[in-house]
Amino acid sequence: MDAKVANNPADIKDGTTTERTSDRELVVTRTFNGPVHLVFKAWTTPELLMRWWAPESFGINLVGCEVDARTGGRYRFAFDVPGQPEPMAFVGTYLEVTPPTRLVWTNEETEEGSVTTATFEERDGKTHLVLHDLYPSKDALDAALASESTGGWTEQFDQLDIVLASAK
Amino acid sequence: MVQYQSHLDTSFAALSDATRRGVLDQLVQSDASITQLAYLFGMTLTGMKKHVSVLEEAGLVATRKVGRVRTCRLGARTLADEAAWIERYRQVWAERFNALDTVVEELKQQEESDGRESGE
Repeated sequence: MDAKVANNPADIKDGTTTERTSDRELVVTRTFNGPVHLVFKAWTTPELLMRWWAPESFGINLVGCEVDARTGGRYRFAFDVPGQPEPMAFVGTYLEVTPPTRLVWTNEETEEGSVTTATFEERDGKTHLVLHDLYPSKDALDAALASESTGGWTEQFDQLDIVLASAK
Repeated sequence: MVQYQSHLDTSFAALSDATRRGVLDQLVQSDASITQLAYLFGMTLTGMKKHVSVLEEAGLVATRKVGRVRTCRLGARTLADEAAWIERYRQVWAERFNALDTVVEELKQQEESDGRESGE
């Protein structure tokens, strides 16, 4: 089942597109206004990752960021979540690190997490990113689709309205 | 192994019944006990319990027992409206990337100024 998210004006403004391309794969694209070696650096340097990885609207802080950006290296991102005593950790392994064009990592917080492949390509001083999130099975992606794992309670409740409207 | 029947299937099955859709409609208005719901829909308590448990399994309804009364409210997990989920997933990345724009811009300026210094 393909579910292409239609571009609304906000999407066009920030340029991030997302599409479910197969039963078990999601693809995100975005263009950055800078050369590929700098974009890659921002994806593989802990101090820089700390500045952009935590989605602003989640109200969570990235409190720890350990990144061994080499093939076979591990990463660990820790977030402080309001109301939770322990930080929430996101961990995984870099399956491939090919500067400055390709990063592949596992997402191991859940048993059936995705493998994410980020490909960076420079064109006219800009960097075009294609990010694939590949789940081990359709069920695993469906489970992710149904889970709260990406957080965002406010958005969740907003969506309740949409869902209830469509359920009638 | 994830023992996961497609969540969408579970949700659609839960919504295939008129009473259960009615219960959701009712819970949009306000929380209600199983007793109240049974009364509203002219059903036995046992019958209503079954419907509520189907909705609960699908994540559409959450229940909480206080004393002897089990109160139902809308579940935080909604119908896995795929498009809505994907849109939220997109927003996560979009927010990150907007912050990344700033980082990349700074790195660019830094590199340019470093280049000027070393060029002199």
